[in-house]
Amino acid sequence: MTIRASKLWFGYAIAMAWFYVLLWPLLGIKAQGLEFAASFAIWAKVAAAAAILLVLYQLKQAGVFGFAAKPAEALGKAAAAVSGRVPTWLALTLVMAVAVAFPFFTERYAHDVAISVLVYIILGLGLNVVVGLAGLLDLGYIAFFGVGAYTYALLSVHFGISFWLCLPIAACFSALAGCLIGYPTLRMRGDYLAIVTLGFGEIVRIVINNWMSLTNGPNGILGIQAPGIYWWNGTGFEHMWLNSLEQLYYIILGLAVFTVLAVYRLNHSRIGRAFEAVREDQTAAELMGVNTLRIKLLAYALGAVFGGLAGTFFAARMKFVSPESFTFIESAMVLAMVVLGGMGSIPGVILGSVALIALPEMFRGFELYRMFVFGGVMAVMMIFRPKGLWPAKRLGVRSEERD
Amino acid sequence: MDQQPILELKNITSAYGRIKAIRDVSLKVYPGEVVSIIGANGAGKSTTLMSICGVIRPEAGEVWYDGARIDGLAADLLPSRGLCQVPEGRRIFPRLTVEENLDMGAFFRNDQDGIERDKNRVFQMFPILLERRKQHGGTLSGGEQQMLAMGRALMSRPRLLLLDEPSLGLAPLIVQQIFRIIREINETDGVTVVLVEQNANLALKSSSRGYVLETGSVVMEDSADALLANPAIRAAYLGE
Amino acid sequence: MEFFLQQLANGITLGGVYALVALGYTMVYGIIQLINFAHGEIYAAGGYMGVILISWLFAQGFPPFVCLGAALVLAMGYCALLAMAVEKLAYKPLRQSSRLSVLLSALGMSIFLQNGLMLTQGVYDRAYPGEMVQGGFELGGVMLSYMQLIIVGVTALLLVALNILVYKTRIGKAMRATAQDKTMSALVGINSNRIISITFAIGAGLAAAAGIMVGLYYGSVRYDMGFVPGIKAFSAAVLGGIGNITGAMLGGLIIGMIEVFAAGYISSEYKDVFAFIILIAVLYFMPTGIMGENVDDTRV
Repeated sequence: MTIRASKLWFGYAIAMAWFYVLLWPLLGIKAQGLEFAASFAIWAKVAAAAAILLVLYQLKQAGVFGFAAKPAEALGKAAAAVSGRVPTWLALTLVMAVAVAFPFFTERYAHDVAISVLVYIILGLGLNVVVGLAGLLDLGYIAFFGVGAYTYALLSVHFGISFWLCLPIAACFSALAGCLIGYPTLRMRGDYLAIVTLGFGEIVRIVINNWMSLTNGPNGILGIQAPGIYWWNGTGFEHMWLNSLEQLYYIILGLAVFTVLAVYRLNHSRIGRAFEAVREDQTAAELMGVNTLRIKLLAYALGAVFGGLAGTFFAARMKFVSPESFTFIESAMVLAMVVLGGMGSIPGVILGSVALIALPEMFRGFELYRMFVFGGVMAVMMIFRPKGLWPAKRLGVRSEERD
Repeated sequence: MDQQPILELKNITSAYGRIKAIRDVSLKVYPGEVVSIIGANGAGKSTTLMSICGVIRPEAGEVWYDGARIDGLAADLLPSRGLCQVPEGRRIFPRLTVEENLDMGAFFRNDQDGIERDKNRVFQMFPILLERRKQHGGTLSGGEQQMLAMGRALMSRPRLLLLDEPSLGLAPLIVQQIFRIIREINETDGVTVVLVEQNANLALKSSSRGYVLETGSVVMEDSADALLANPAIRAAYLGE
Repeated sequence: MEFFLQQLANGITLGGVYALVALGYTMVYGIIQLINFAHGEIYAAGGYMGVILISWLFAQGFPPFVCLGAALVLAMGYCALLAMAVEKLAYKPLRQSSRLSVLLSALGMSIFLQNGLMLTQGVYDRAYPGEMVQGGFELGGVMLSYMQLIIVGVTALLLVALNILVYKTRIGKAMRATAQDKTMSALVGINSNRIISITFAIGAGLAAAAGIMVGLYYGSVRYDMGFVPGIKAFSAAVLGGIGNITGAMLGGLIIGMIEVFAAGYISSEYKDVFAFIILIAVLYFMPTGIMGENVDDTRV
């Protein structure tokens, strides 16, 4: 114990020294002279936090927290037992009830955030089909979001086609884009696939940004119509634009529910099984009769469809699209939601989306630090909890795990 | 034998992922011996050698070398202590030249003169390597690669040499040459040799003692002559 | 004709920069089969260190070339330390994990570092005070700036130094051996952890040099300057054959040339697209690259 302790603190000392050497030049070298105050302030906070964590770790190793471990474990078991006894349909109904009633006891700002969360939930679930289910690391997913958004933008502005008609049209275009982007990657190995999809995402963005005659380039497209419906007003059907946040909220809620149901059915279907087979071991899947090439294309296309639907809504809600909304950072954010929440897991992805969008809103001033923290968390999660916060449940048990 | 063994395994259990490859394996090797470990494919022979060398960390048991415990040590610390392995498949560095491969064998050494002398000795033992000294290792034939692998091992001036399937995939003439060299370094330089082989006949004929491994456990241990004469062994491993 | 020669000069300059960054990608992939997404951010950090150090040294009154020389050395050292820290914290613990995990960790580190630069140095471009290296001269109708000459000169020097290191020194041979067969290199006594750290350090140093020089060339740096050049440099590494050092140098030159010529003769708005298209084309038609791969394809 003494040996390990000294090794631990020695390592701590070296790590903190190294950290200061890396931090100081960025903050402390100014033209007028060298300063140490600013960097020292940050360093001190980090060193203190790390020291506290280290002490807690040592105490835990020594068994000091044993007195709390038993009751905590019992509490955890009790909670699990209780939640296990609540039938799923009841839990879901409650969630839906809260979601439907949400706009009535919150104000504008919360509606805005909720809409964003729901858009990202759809994106996360769509990417989840590609990354979580089929195991294809797509770093350019936001391109499908863009395809959907621009499809509706152009059709709406140039031809006045309604939102509802555009949904399936955008879905088709996105699926097509998915196939086009997926096709060259079919025979590539995992890491190369990642960078190629990243490249494709960038290509789509650059093309949108520069094809002035079609997309108006960086200026974007203005004047996109909101969704409209025909509503009974007592005497006849009247056309109404759905402009208010509450109305938009229900539309996106509907789309999100549709997505959740679709992905859930997909998860538990033969196609879902095939996706997972391809993810786990492509060669074995091929040998068992799974047409891996077609399955992979299907995964891209299906994932893209959800991206396109979300994009269509996004364009209708913002009434304006520009290439700025479809950068790699957006792709990375959606990926972070899927990875942090739990790859292949529907509740995990929803949790990830809520965490990444709603949490920073709740802690104002956090906005700037959002991606900084989540980048670090993503790296750390891979070490400690690679399966995510709410991991997907395995169907079936491996024979080695049984013994 | 009242000497201390130079290598001793005490109840080693090692796993490949979740599959237990070897269970409760114990063996002893005394200085100056040539000891064989024979067994069918998948019996755990390579796993045993990799467990000795620190590439696989044993789940249970102890490995003792030269009076010190080495299980749990990083693999790269062993060659400087005189423990060297020529793994299965030769594994010469394909895109380094023959000479660079030999240099890598002496990586931990600092005595330039000694290294040069040893290199010349290897070239004397294996003239074909001298001929091909500037060629990339990957362009050599199987037999030449085996010679290169052995030469590389000799560059570390080993006291204990572990050889994993030195005869695998080689023409009989080359195999004879290799085994002649093994005998030579054992008799002339006193290098202790542990020989893992599927070709039990060849292995036992070159050894003083042998261990038989079957599905991860030692099932028999005896002098090489006794094993060669043992009818069960003859039936199972000597093709009769 | 002059236009062609001008593009050639520009292409060599840009190609040199891409080669320096590509080397970091290729060496790391060769040794641990990881696309080090964070490498682009190391390049950006180098660029920032260039501005920071040169501004400070210049304000202390040192002559420009001393500033540049000192900044190069210090920034290369800084980025080496940064890269080694990233490796030790985010990649080493995942050596036994799946490829996807470590790739995601690299992505996370890339985002972390980029945002770290943004938080410490600001969202806007950071410019050099005044023009640092001014002017140039004309040679046969081609405009060559002094900065271009510096880039080509320093790049050539670094590439030669790297070649000597990798092919003529003991450490270099150990690096190559570890890249070809990690297990076997351990069995001959090479400490692969140390070699991996050294590999990261060298790659980072080269990227840092590239970052400084690019910053000087354009007069400013930005926190996200590493993103697009990173992808292009990786394309160059793949084009030359991943893990292959000579290949990375060649690939960098080719990508630089193609980008400059495409921008000059075809279209300059879409010039980034050309590098990406080459990447996709190479990975589709010729994934082992021009000079062949150099990775560890053994299993324990």
